[in-house]
Amino acid sequence: MANNTDSNSTDGQAVDRRKFIKGAAIAGAAAVAADGVKAAILPQGDAVSATPSVMRPSSSYAQAELATSSVSMPSQYPGVSNGKPGSDYMVDVIKTLDIDYIITNPASSCRGLHESLVTYGGNTAPELLTTMHEESGTAMGHGYFKVSGRPLASLCHGTVGLQHAAMAVYNAWCDRAPVIMMIGNEMDAQHRRPGTPTLHAAQDPAAMIRDFTKWDDQPASLQHFAESMVRAYKIALTPPYEPVLIVLGEVMQDEVPEPGAVEHFSIPKVAIPAPPTGDGNAVRETAAMLVGAEYPVLVADRAARTQAGMQALVELAELLQAPVVDQGGRMNFPNMHHLYHRGGAAIRRADVVVGLELTDMWGTVNDMSDTVHPTQGPVVRPGTRLVSIGVGDIYVRANYQDFQRYQPVDIAIGADAEATLPLLIEAVKSQLTDAHRANIEARGQQLRDAYARARANTPAQAAASAWNASPISGARLSAEMWELIKNEDWALVSRDQSISAWPHRIWDFRQYHQWIGGPGGQGVGYGLPAAVGAALAHREHGRLAINIQNDGDCMYAPGALWTAAHHRIPLLSVMHNNRAYHQEVMHLQRLCSWRQRGYDDARWRIATTIEDPFVDFAKLADSMGVASIGPIDNPNDLAPALRRAIDIVKGGEPALVDVITQPR
Amino acid sequence: MRSILRLAAVAAIAAPVLVAATAALAADAEAGREAYERVGCYTCHGYEGQGAGTGPKLAPDPLPYAALSNFVRQTSGAMPPFTPAVLPEEDLQNIYTYLQSIPQPPDPGDVPLLQDIQ
Repeated sequence: MANNTDSNSTDGQAVDRRKFIKGAAIAGAAAVAADGVKAAILPQGDAVSATPSVMRPSSSYAQAELATSSVSMPSQYPGVSNGKPGSDYMVDVIKTLDIDYIITNPASSCRGLHESLVTYGGNTAPELLTTMHEESGTAMGHGYFKVSGRPLASLCHGTVGLQHAAMAVYNAWCDRAPVIMMIGNEMDAQHRRPGTPTLHAAQDPAAMIRDFTKWDDQPASLQHFAESMVRAYKIALTPPYEPVLIVLGEVMQDEVPEPGAVEHFSIPKVAIPAPPTGDGNAVRETAAMLVGAEYPVLVADRAARTQAGMQALVELAELLQAPVVDQGGRMNFPNMHHLYHRGGAAIRRADVVVGLELTDMWGTVNDMSDTVHPTQGPVVRPGTRLVSIGVGDIYVRANYQDFQRYQPVDIAIGADAEATLPLLIEAVKSQLTDAHRANIEARGQQLRDAYARARANTPAQAAASAWNASPISGARLSAEMWELIKNEDWALVSRDQSISAWPHRIWDFRQYHQWIGGPGGQGVGYGLPAAVGAALAHREHGRLAINIQNDGDCMYAPGALWTAAHHRIPLLSVMHNNRAYHQEVMHLQRLCSWRQRGYDDARWRIATTIEDPFVDFAKLADSMGVASIGPIDNPNDLAPALRRAIDIVKGGEPALVDVITQPR
Repeated sequence: MRSILRLAAVAAIAAPVLVAATAALAADAEAGREAYERVGCYTCHGYEGQGAGTGPKLAPDPLPYAALSNFVRQTSGAMPPFTPAVLPEEDLQNIYTYLQSIPQPPDPGDVPLLQDIQ
């Protein structure tokens, strides 16, 4: 990218703002003391500084500032700064990067950049979006990336804003999603305003999320910012994709730099490194294992990063006629393909297992019971050979345990799986003999037959159970939705495990963008804002984004609904309103039974249910400008409600249908 | 004629017994439904025993009572055991009666939305 050659020009009239303010304060105080009329308008008992205030606007403060500055400054408009402020330079840098949006909850520590983005930057590329909570804004960036492949920036207040955002950063970290975190902070105590601004400053604010970010910096100059911002972008977008953090000095944002400080200001060009690929020998050895296997199984979690990655996995699986166990971190494999598997049955039968970007290799080939006397051990047959391909082996931190338990393998390829798949495909092709092809064809026929038997009426029969039940079953909900969306350009921007994965049992997922996987770190509160972020990415393609929204997750930060309404983000949210934290209900049930204490709803409802009162999600959404329908508990009312909501979403607005559902 | 009268007499005596038995069964089914919800069976298996990702289908056509009871009492797997101290025998029998009372679902072939699902 070209350097911004205009960005180092400064106004020759620039004034050093710190010296300017200091002088104004001294002169202003003297003037007030000398002028009884002006002194009389000051609030009683308040020591009002002549420095620009972030206090609530009032006539007395305004007049006090006017009074002090009107008699003391040499310039015609002494209360203003002249020249290009530091935050304008920051905008110049940000504009060279491919960042479509910056999501923020407004904050004094970022006010300089905020003002520059919306005025100097014209509020385009990037456009500033409003979030009601930094956790939601960060989760929006998480969801946006998984659809667009481009990172967003999450601009937060120093300290408390980042504390709010922390869980969403952890989710993004575990899910290998790059979100560019930016916060305001002032290191120099003599320039921090007292009270709240100082409460919200820190010596090392990045420390609180450093264990789950890939890189951070607190630049000390504008040139330093330019280099660090570009570096942060580059690091975030190099697999493994991860969040990064840049800390912005408040004074650096607000003040006009000395001419000498920006005389050689330049913005570095960014070049994203090619993702690491597997070693040739290790890849060939893996190919030999796969070709010679009796029942090879591919296991994918975040194997695909793009449509091309998904297609490469299909090619490899078909080449080998190997089942693909999709753990669902991404849209890895078409769910109606005869080689698509969910669950561990295929792994139990395998003689070779290849894990592709797995979160948990140990948990893939072992089992541990959640019982009063836990048992654990391998689920694979003795002698099964294991291969891991992923970046987990080459990038790991110590504190948070997202790396899971240690699993010995026969071959460990520390590389990006998607980038390595083409090499593996070629290696497999080069090693195939006619004998191998005959075995593979026979295996493929068995798998096609097994798939046909499993699909023959089984999903339909299962869906028919409780078809007319109220609360409404997940199967009925999913079937009603499928009927209305199957001819649309649709995408599911939420998980579906909470309704027993019925969309994956009924809907036909074929494209990478049709599914965004899960939250990574499993932190609740991700679902709604990530769906809004994903829908924002789908908006430019005119796709129908669908969010099956858990009620408990929604209540963490429902303000994301307002963001969707305010920014006209078309998103269909269908509430899975089962009125409880049902996973916790089941945990409590388990403990009561283990301890022989009996299990009665008078007790298990304590701190597990969302009732008394029930949440009216339609009213909640309506209050934030989201068109809403419901609550609906009669399955026969579903289709017309969904049809109305889809029409609204296709018109460019968000809509919500509150559906009272079975627990799972 | 005598046979008919005898049959009528038997029927006259048996009818109230059958009615009472049916009423008792209904009462047990209702008590079973109440126990099924109170104990929380529905959280994993659904309100109508249809099954979910968290627990298998229980109804209609539940397992024989002995098999169901044995599993409920003895399991050491993902589902916790419900011993008589936790789930009295009468409650379990009522739950079983409730599961038996759940009607057959519609034939998928008769449900337009399910006809294209393979």
